Amino acid sequence: MLVLRRKLNESIMIGDNIEVKILEMDGDQIKLGIEAPTDIDIFRSELYKTIQQENNLAATQEIDLSTLFNK
Amino acid sequence: MQTKYHGTIELEEKSMITFEEGIPGFPDAKSFVLLPLQQDAAFTVLQSTEEPTLAFILVNPFEFKPDYEVNLPDKVVGKLAITEPDEVAIFTILTVQSPFENTTANLQAPVVINIEKQQAKQLILTDSPYTPKHHLFKQRNSPNRRESNARSTT
Repeated sequence: MLVLRRKLNESIMIGDNIEVKILEMDGDQIKLGIEAPTDIDIFRSELYKTIQQENNLAATQEIDLSTLFNK
Repeated sequence: MQTKYHGTIELEEKSMITFEEGIPGFPDAKSFVLLPLQQDAAFTVLQSTEEPTLAFILVNPFEFKPDYEVNLPDKVVGKLAITEPDEVAIFTILTVQSPFENTTANLQAPVVINIEKQQAKQLILTDSPYTPKHHLFKQRNSPNRRESNARSTT
């Protein structure tokens, strides 16, 4: 993992068109501002990972459908 | 082609649906077909055309949650080339459990399909009142529950 040290109001560029800026620091909370093209989806990691995990669960279920519906 | 629930079927190019960005957890799975489930027409299988073992069970969320609401952001409307409301089909992925009464629906990440242009995306709803593990049978009286209610009143 690349590690960069930044101060309030400083930012980083990811590629040519994504900018992530430190907007506010308050104790253990940091407010980030993100500028990116609209076709880029941005989520809190927890949410994205939750959906990934749920998709994995949904897809890997080895269900015998005939036994489920023929009761 | 081989499928997870339908044996071997004839793949029709015109029924293929493209998930340009893949599906969270399956970034390379971009091409699917919708196959109705013979056992129960309420369920549809989203079958990968490239990976026979990759298939999701879908339902129409409005069937069991009539007040379900999804706002399609403009960028999604643009990405899926949606021009008419009629082109849009919304599905929910089920995490099927045994017993079936424990099955959950991922209401927080609906599958949005432009059925005319065969473009689709799993939309992740942020700041949404819905969860990825919505119990399908909570609001409904399952046959089992009705039975136990009847017993407790006698």
